[in-house]
Amino acid sequence: MPRIVVDVMPKPEILDPQGKAIVGALPRLGFTGFSAVRQGKRFELTVDGEVTDAILAQAREAAETLLSNPVIEDVVNVEVVEA
Amino acid sequence: MTELPLIGEAPVAADSRLDGAKIGVVTFPGTLDDRDAARAVRLAGGTAVALWHADTELADVDAVVIPGGFSYGDYLRAGAISRFAPLMSKIIDAANSDAKLPVLGICNGFQILTESHLLPGSMIKNDHLKFLCRDQVLRVENNTTAWTADYEAGQEILVPLKNQDGQYIADEKTLDALEAEGRVVFRYVGFNPNGSRRDIAGITNAAGNVVGLMPHPEHAVEPGFGPESNAGTDGLGFFTSVLNKIVGGAK
Repeated sequence: MPRIVVDVMPKPEILDPQGKAIVGALPRLGFTGFSAVRQGKRFELTVDGEVTDAILAQAREAAETLLSNPVIEDVVNVEVVEA
Repeated sequence: MTELPLIGEAPVAADSRLDGAKIGVVTFPGTLDDRDAARAVRLAGGTAVALWHADTELADVDAVVIPGGFSYGDYLRAGAISRFAPLMSKIIDAANSDAKLPVLGICNGFQILTESHLLPGSMIKNDHLKFLCRDQVLRVENNTTAWTADYEAGQEILVPLKNQDGQYIADEKTLDALEAEGRVVFRYVGFNPNGSRRDIAGITNAAGNVVGLMPHPEHAVEPGFGPESNAGTDGLGFFTSVLNKIVGGAK
């Protein structure tokens, strides 16, 4: 069944405390090639049947209203992935 | 209904004017501090009315407290799912109505109020990434709201603070507007426990009926539980403020 994938990231101007902790942990494991980490969220919305324009529009609206908080986050990607 | 403190004297003398004053306390799945909030209402002399998140009508109450906890386990974002509870749309309408229902959001309740857009900004994880529980000094910056009239402007109060996602953030324009309009109600004093912008601990809406803060005044309403022998009741003023407003008003 097809899925709609929604990716949400903290806004660029907002310091991401979790990403900051991760970037601190990387060199302790020998991963020294990374200067910054930002942690976001990926949602997979499963659709029973075909992904119509109306359903995709619903997913975009859900992404802006429930899945993200526009004060602190951006919806960076909404795409259909066939199973 | 009169509630007696576990130790010490009743913090507020009985007042028959308060007999009809009802303050609703909302419970969501995962709310923790509803019982303490209801007890605080009673210790202040009012009547607490239990409200359930799935209620489709707002019971006859004069004010509402949205208490702390971890509604829906903080899944998605703290307060994000609770914000869409049936009762919340009624509370949002009542808070924005001409009647200006007084609403207080504490901790998770503050997060729910920002997710509801009743208050601007948002909360993210503490800058130090840890859950923190401590006795916290706050300065009352605005004593003209429905929930702070019994305090002096500039008064410092000591209440417990306990949170993981307590870092208040908003863009600079919003922060400047909050400051200019006197809508910063509480500021952390001496120590900023979570990295909140401009040491902001609590804010209000433009009308002053909706107040949100991260620390927990409902845990500081009876003598004998603070870090000093006579402390422990600094949070009571929230509840006496709103009760005085209710009985002094048109009701």
